[in-house]
Amino acid sequence: MARDIDRDAWSWTRITRLLVKTAVLFIVFNLVFAFFDIWPLIGKLSVYNTIVPGRPRLPYGSDPERSYNLTTSQLDVIIASHEIAGEVKTTDEYRILILGDSSVWGFLLQPGETLPAQLDAGAYHMADGRRIRVYNFGYPTMSLTKDLVLLSRGLEYDPDLVVWFFTLESFWRENQIEAPLIQFNPDATRDLIVEFQLDLDPADSRFQPATFWQRTIIGRRRELANAIRLQCYGVMWASTGLDRHIVIPEDRNDRELPNGLDFHGLQPDELEEKQLAFDVLTAGVELAGEVPVVLINEPIYIHAREGSDLFYNAVYPRWAYDTYREWLRVRSEEESWRLLDLWDWLPADSFADSGVHYGAEAASALASFLAESMWETIDD
Amino acid sequence: MTLAHIFIFALLSILVGRLPENRTRSWILFIASLLAVFALQPETSLRQFDFWLPLATIALTVLTWFVVRERSPLVSEDRNSLLAIVAVILAISVARILPRPVITATYPPQIQFVLLALILTAAIVTAVATVRQERSGLMPATIVFIVLLFVVLKSEPLQLGLSRRLRIITGQSPELASRVDLVWLGFSYIAFRLIHTLRDCAARRLQRVSLREYLTYVLFYPALTAGPIDRLERFVVDLRQFQRLTPVRFARGGKRIAIGMLKKFILADSLAILALNEVSAVQVESRLWLWLLLYAFAFQIYLDFSGYTDLAIGIGTWAGIDLPENFERPYLQADIRAFWNRWHITLTEWFRFYVFNPLTRRLRTTRVRLPVWAIICLGQFVTMILIGMWHGIAWHFLLWGLWHGVGLFLHNRWQSIFQKYSPRASALRDHAVWRAIGVFFTYNYVALGWVWFAIPDVDAAFDVLRKLTGM
Repeated sequence: MARDIDRDAWSWTRITRLLVKTAVLFIVFNLVFAFFDIWPLIGKLSVYNTIVPGRPRLPYGSDPERSYNLTTSQLDVIIASHEIAGEVKTTDEYRILILGDSSVWGFLLQPGETLPAQLDAGAYHMADGRRIRVYNFGYPTMSLTKDLVLLSRGLEYDPDLVVWFFTLESFWRENQIEAPLIQFNPDATRDLIVEFQLDLDPADSRFQPATFWQRTIIGRRRELANAIRLQCYGVMWASTGLDRHIVIPEDRNDRELPNGLDFHGLQPDELEEKQLAFDVLTAGVELAGEVPVVLINEPIYIHAREGSDLFYNAVYPRWAYDTYREWLRVRSEEESWRLLDLWDWLPADSFADSGVHYGAEAASALASFLAESMWETIDD
Repeated sequence: MTLAHIFIFALLSILVGRLPENRTRSWILFIASLLAVFALQPETSLRQFDFWLPLATIALTVLTWFVVRERSPLVSEDRNSLLAIVAVILAISVARILPRPVITATYPPQIQFVLLALILTAAIVTAVATVRQERSGLMPATIVFIVLLFVVLKSEPLQLGLSRRLRIITGQSPELASRVDLVWLGFSYIAFRLIHTLRDCAARRLQRVSLREYLTYVLFYPALTAGPIDRLERFVVDLRQFQRLTPVRFARGGKRIAIGMLKKFILADSLAILALNEVSAVQVESRLWLWLLLYAFAFQIYLDFSGYTDLAIGIGTWAGIDLPENFERPYLQADIRAFWNRWHITLTEWFRFYVFNPLTRRLRTTRVRLPVWAIICLGQFVTMILIGMWHGIAWHFLLWGLWHGVGLFLHNRWQSIFQKYSPRASALRDHAVWRAIGVFFTYNYVALGWVWFAIPDVDAAFDVLRKLTGM
């Protein structure tokens, strides 16, 4: 190595020229990268579905070294790693896309134990013989807008049915732009806000639009590093089948109930329908167009302790949750939505660390129930 | 070494390399190396040990110099070097008045404690210098002391015991003692450089060097973290014969630094995600994936280590010091002996020089005449086990050493039989196909050996080997 270099005629002028050329090239690459916004194209390059199998759920994880997974807000990167991005839909496939929060994603579950995975494993068929394939498009954080953005991307994969899980907290308008997935993908969200005239501020300060400099290679270095790490974790995912390091959670359902009856600071009768993002739900159904959408008010933990006459659990006072359910019912009837209200479907002992995270057995039971009731809903 | 350290060291080396005369350069290298010992030492959970451990490193090095130096009065240059060492240490300890730690990871101790430590060190050094005048067994005693210290730091139970005692002294809970309490930066390399000079001095091979040269050799900043383990006589030649930074040297050093960064920070750090470890070894079901993870480990450890060496060599080149090579395509060697001639070369040479050669020489001259094969076998096993233990005193490192000892011995026997019965052996050995087969077997033998390295639990390592080989 050294000999090769020694053979060359090096001079300080040549070195200076070389360093200047390198610097200029680096600057040019950065400017081109930013000007043409190449990042989304690069984000689509993935080892998933080519070298290693796609992930059955979107990447999310706080302990990468143990879960072989990581959280990144780069929509193109995370969707390219999903198995749906590698599955060519055939004529004998009936494709179902399931949206929702961490309960659908399967926060306390391994990938094969989640509700969508168990539905898929049931190998159900439609009456016309098409094999039902179920894809988990759930993503932790409760926000209908986050679901709407994922739906807009999921529709590119030509689903035949969309199943959308949510709970009252997903509707809370303040939550809509809280999710990092929304904040770091402002363009995708703003387009939807404008298109469906959602009651959300496209200029909300929580949006994190990338400036020109943030779009350069230097500006994107963390995203690039995360994208590369996610590809490397793909090998570990493929070799172990694990994408989550599950820590036995503290049973937070056991915690003390709040003293006051307020919900997000609102007292009974202060809650107004406009404070819940029904417009986003409407937009989702509209966005799906011809594709039928089944809406599911997801099961919640309902405790039976002292104070249960006032609270369903530590998060939901009865008055707020009942009001929400009533509005949901009325809206569904008015809009002819296909709604399954499963809020009290699971027993309290199915839940572990929060009001919506259930275990593998509960997911299995729910999958069996849905397999029956959902097809009826579709047939209707 | 972090990217910030590399940047600062590289810049410093450029400045040093462009200096017009050697005297200033060697003083700067000396001071920079002293500062680097403190700057590179990571924070430890033992209070202020990110100051005390570097101080101990410098004290031990000064002490060893007094042991190996010729019996003559101190010259002014050495006195100046001692003053410079004290000045650097005091300057670092005075930095505690600044709003945030500058050189050390945390605030240095109060100056009265530092002064006390310096007085204590001076007393020990004076005692050593006096005893040395009277020709005592100081040299072997110093070697034994360094080896004992090495053993304590490399053995988990002993290290924990020491950590508990130190925690009592620092007023911390001894129950919280852990292995990370005593992360002594570069001690494995420093100890071996010191032992090399002590052994060479005992054999009257060591040339006279000043305190400044000696400390710069032992603590040379690019090689402090991960070697290579240079030899004093070679290092001093570079230190004395000033090689000014020329365009050729700049290009050569720059290329090594760029390659080192690529190897360490991009390739090795990415492969670390896939590399076999205790957890993934249990989680992976398929044998093919397990092999892939093992290969990832093999390349990760190579790229990480050789990346650091490239950085050290590159930065050294800019400063005018040509550090020795440590890795020369080890995974492309056709036999295990060739692998060990190209893997961690400076460490292997150290062991060959100070363990294998003296041991086999001694075995050849014992009253009981041992056959050649037995001498080789014993020499190789002892050497390789010690190389294993250099990484840590634990069963898995011992087994790793044994694995390579077996490999080297079998290769030696094979070669001897092959040459005896096949006169055309050497021609065949050079054939491309034969060579490719050799590379394949050698690499996989070495890779399988890494299982001991990656998996500290011996039973678990055996399970992985069974899974890998289908046995």
